[in-house]
This record gives sequence, C-alpha cells and structure tokens, in this order.
Amino acid sequence: MAKTRTPKARHAHDSGRKRDARETAPMNWGRTLTVARTDLKQLIQAKDFWVPMTLLGSFFFVIIPAILLFTITKIGDVEVVARVSETLEVLPESAQSQLRGESPEGQTGYALAVFLFAPVAVIVPLTISTAVGAATIVGERERGTGEFLAHSPAGAREIYMGKLIASLIPGYVTTAVGFGLYSIIVNVTVGPEVGGWFFPTAQWWIMILWVLPPFLAICLSLVLRLSARVKSTAAAQQASGLVSLPLIMIAYSQATGVLFGAGWVPLVLGGVAWMIAIFSLSRGVRSVTRSRLLGVASGI
Amino acid sequence: MDRELIVDVAGVSRWFGDVQALTNLTIEVPKGSITVLLGPNGAGKTTAIRMITGALAPDEGTARVFGLDPATADGEDVRRRCGVVSAKPSLYDRLSGWDNLRYAAELYGLGRRDAANDRIREAAQVFGIDAALDHQVGGYSTGMKTRLALARSILHDPELLLLDEPTSGLDPESAVAVLELIRDMTGDGRTVLMCTHLLLEAEGLADEVVVMQHGTSLLSGQPGELSKRYWPTPVVHISATNGADLDLLGQEAGVEALERANDSARLEVDTLDRVPELLASLTNRGVRVTSVVPFNPTLEDLYFAVRREQGSSGDEIPPPGGSTGRPSRELTTSGAPGRN
Repeated sequence: MAKTRTPKARHAHDSGRKRDARETAPMNWGRTLTVARTDLKQLIQAKDFWVPMTLLGSFFFVIIPAILLFTITKIGDVEVVARVSETLEVLPESAQSQLRGESPEGQTGYALAVFLFAPVAVIVPLTISTAVGAATIVGERERGTGEFLAHSPAGAREIYMGKLIASLIPGYVTTAVGFGLYSIIVNVTVGPEVGGWFFPTAQWWIMILWVLPPFLAICLSLVLRLSARVKSTAAAQQASGLVSLPLIMIAYSQATGVLFGAGWVPLVLGGVAWMIAIFSLSRGVRSVTRSRLLGVASGI
Repeated sequence: MDRELIVDVAGVSRWFGDVQALTNLTIEVPKGSITVLLGPNGAGKTTAIRMITGALAPDEGTARVFGLDPATADGEDVRRRCGVVSAKPSLYDRLSGWDNLRYAAELYGLGRRDAANDRIREAAQVFGIDAALDHQVGGYSTGMKTRLALARSILHDPELLLLDEPTSGLDPESAVAVLELIRDMTGDGRTVLMCTHLLLEAEGLADEVVVMQHGTSLLSGQPGELSKRYWPTPVVHISATNGADLDLLGQEAGVEALERANDSARLEVDTLDRVPELLASLTNRGVRVTSVVPFNPTLEDLYFAVRREQGSSGDEIPPPGGSTGRPSRELTTSGAPGRN
C-alpha cells in the first residue's frame, strides 16, 4: 500500500533511520570475537574460496620468486642475469648502496628479493581480504542470516568489528605464512651468493608489521561500507574491485618507497596510513545498521 | 482488568521510502499468553516483530517491551530477553547445527563453558534435533532447520518468544508437533507472539489474536470475546427435506433472526436451550428435519467477518454464518509490499 508521506512523517522517518544507526552501548569484545570466529569458521568450510586464495598466495610468494631466484643464482644464465642487472641501474642510489654480493648473480638476486618483489606483500593480502570483506555483510543479507544478527543482542559496532577482523585475518595470515616461506626461499637461493642468510631486512619487517596493516584496514573499511550498502555479493565484489585497485596501486608505490627510502620514511608513511585507517574505520562503523542487515534500509 | 503487558506497541507507523508498512499499529501482549498476529501476506506482521526487538525503529508511535524502549540503548537488554524465529530459519548452512547453536549461545551471553554446552544439548533435545547437531545445516531438511531455529530461540531461556510463521514449509505432522511444542513453552510462564497467515494454525493455540491488514490492527482480543462481539446470539443451522417448511420457525418464540437458503436456514436464537423446543415444533408440524448444526465461530469465521466489516477487497470473502467443516483458508490478500 503506497502512501505519500507528510513532512512530519518524513522527518520522523529520517530520525528513525538515524536511531537505527546509533548504538551507544560499550563494545563487547567477546561478542566481536564471536562474530569474527564464526565468520572464519565458515570461511574454512568454503573450499571454493580458500583453495584459489592459497594458490594465489603460493604463486606470488613461493612459485614466482623460487623460479626467478633459482634461475638467476643457480642456473646462472648469463644473458638473463645481464638483462636483469641492467634494470638495477634504475634503482635509486640509496637502494643501490644497499646491494650486497660481489657477483652479478648475487647482486641481481639480492635486488629482486629485497626490492622488486616487495609489492607482492601488498597485493596478496589486499586481494584476499577484499574478496572476503566484500561478501561479508551483503552475504548475511542474501542468506537471510542478517535477520538473526539484527534480532541478536550484538551491537552494530560489534558486528562491524567482527566482520573487519574476520576479513583481515585471512589476508594477513596468508601474508605472514607466505612471508615466512618467501624468506626461506630467498635465504636458501640468494644467501650463499651474498655471504649468508640476510632476509628479512629491517625495511621488510617495518613494511609487514607497520605499513601493511593500516593499508589493509583502509581497504577493508571501504569494502565493508560497500558490502553494507549494495544489493548483492556480485555487486559488492565488482564495486570493491574498483575501490581496492587504486588502493593496491597506492600501497604498491608506498611499499616500494618504504624499501627504497631512508630509515625514517617507512615510519612516517606507516604513521600517516595508520591515521587515515583509524579515521576511515571510525567512519565505517556507521555503515552497519540493523535495517541494512535486514535489507530494508533505503537504497538497498 | 489490569493485565501485565510484555509488549505494548501503541500507534506505531513505519515507512520504507514512500511505502507505509505500518500505520498506527497497536499490539498488546499479556504476560504468559500466546498472542497470534493474524493477517495476509504484506499485512506488516514481520515488520511488527522487527519493531518489537528494536531491529527497526518506529517512525511514529512507541513500542515498549518489558517496559523498555527497544529502539534505544535498552534494545540490547530487550533483545537478550527475546527469542526470535524468523520466517526463514536464518541459519548458517556451512556450519554444523552445533556451531549454529554455539554462535547464538555466545552472542546471547551463555559463554563457552560446559554449562553452555549442556544448554545447547538440552535445547536441541526439546526439538528432537540433537542427533543431527554434528551435520552441516546445508544438508538439513526444512523441518530440521525449523527445529534447529526453534532450539536456537530458546537457548538463552527467553521471556518472550517471537515466532514469525514458524511452521512455514513444514509437512502437516511436523507443523502439528511444532505447534504443540510452542504450546508447551508457555507452560513455564513464557510469553509467545506468533505471526501466521494460516487460520487453522492459530485456532486453538491463540489466547489473544490481533487481526492485521495493510499494516494496522483491525481487531484484537481473546477469540471467545471477539466471537461474542460478532455473534452475540447463538446461531444454529437447520436443514429439512423441504426448505420452505423452515420459514415456520420465524414465528417461534426465541428466534431472533432467520435467513433461509434452499433447504437450510440460519437461525439466531436467544439461547441454545431453545433448540429442542424448535425441533419438536417442526416435527409436530410434519417437517422432516435432516440436520441441526450449532454454529461455533472459528478464527476463520471471525477473521472474515472482520474483513467483511472493513469492506476489504481482494480475494473472495466467504459468506457469513460459519459453515462448519469448511477447510481452513490460507490468507492471501496482499497489502503492503514485502514479505510480511
């Protein structure tokens, strides 16, 4: 039954919508972790999701580096090494001064391992977390389980944070595991050429522990907002792809800058990224409302 | 008579965009009762439940549950004291039955201790789903899912159960079993508010009914009292081999109204004790009576009487008079858009 709303009713509706979004109770972290744990449990059950994502991580962290570094350091194809060595000349002086190893194979392997594969550490977690995050809220709505959450005592902020954690963990864990495997591969293949195990370098530790997490958080805060607002998981994934792509490019360039730059550069970059992440997360909390979980909010 | 109200919805309206889903809705649910929201699809029943838990806030009017406003910070307290079964079971198909119940147990504050596990097993046993708890819910039948959703709704021992078409999609045997379980649940003082568009389902279960249409309540109260309001005098249907002979009854004492159609007549009498006298009179005049059926109004009769009074349009509304034995109808007239 369609009726035209009076101005009074329209005002009331708007204020009602605001009330939907405003929950002032303190955060219950137990419930937040419950939401996160349940989402992760479902993800583990979804082989159709984690198998491709594991392959993606393996491809970037293990297979490509292993083949390239092994080819350069062990097979010693002179032409290939010569060509890659030429590209090292375009590295900034600060980076070139850090190169270790006496032989061209050693220097080339070191440069590839430390500088040129850096973006991998950004692309993999952002891709995985974006894929998880895009489906997380709209998925509840599509499966009808949003109704259960909307009627539950869990606060909208707890649900948002739970979803955020559940989206962040797969990407970050994949990166942590991949990073470990990558470190072993690098040390085993390039280490002997440069005088022993050398990886991870200080810059890589900073990038993994200080720079990457805020970029993940920024990306996910945007993706979760989209997931709360769109009509379907497919739409969420398309839209989040558009959002995350530029972010991946920014993160890519920032990661490169972290590794090439002076010691204070990565700390500053990370600090700025954290500030943006905190702001973006605090704004993103508002995107989860009960009416959105139910799929009755205007615009859905 | 003062009744303790668990739910007191007064003059609530709610819009979705420019569509008004609820219009000045009033619902009162007394403590310890089974109150049935009765209405066709689109009547606003589901939206009403969402207002009661605070999942949605009213645009106008007030909703009080346990004396609290669920649309405010008190909503968490209200939701913790409610158990909800929505029209779709709202279960996580990729998780096992156990994990679904555990998720609810943790969200409702039962924690992860042994006591919570015991409570999960107990609730599952009540609804006969305990043997399937280790299986993934995606493989459950509709009946099993409904039972699991019901088990989930009582895990935290809620004071108020909100059941939105709880037998939807169930076979008749399962539906009857579920309705019996619902009846049992009120035995220990729980209050139940149930939505349905199946009149047969509400019959015999409802202590109170609220007839809804187009987002508003047309009528509410106890079925017996409401029937008296619509049929203040007893009604009897009498049939004879020659229907015209029944016109004689119009002259008899105690007959307040007579409507004849073909071989039968519908009589309103001052008391049912009058019926033997009337039959004796007919027999003495040589009338061969073939059937005498007192009319006991059902919820279905009541519902359609209300609809007729409101001048509802839509699907065909059965004629008045309560033809006993008529199969219960599913209410199909749609009002506001949406599932409800």
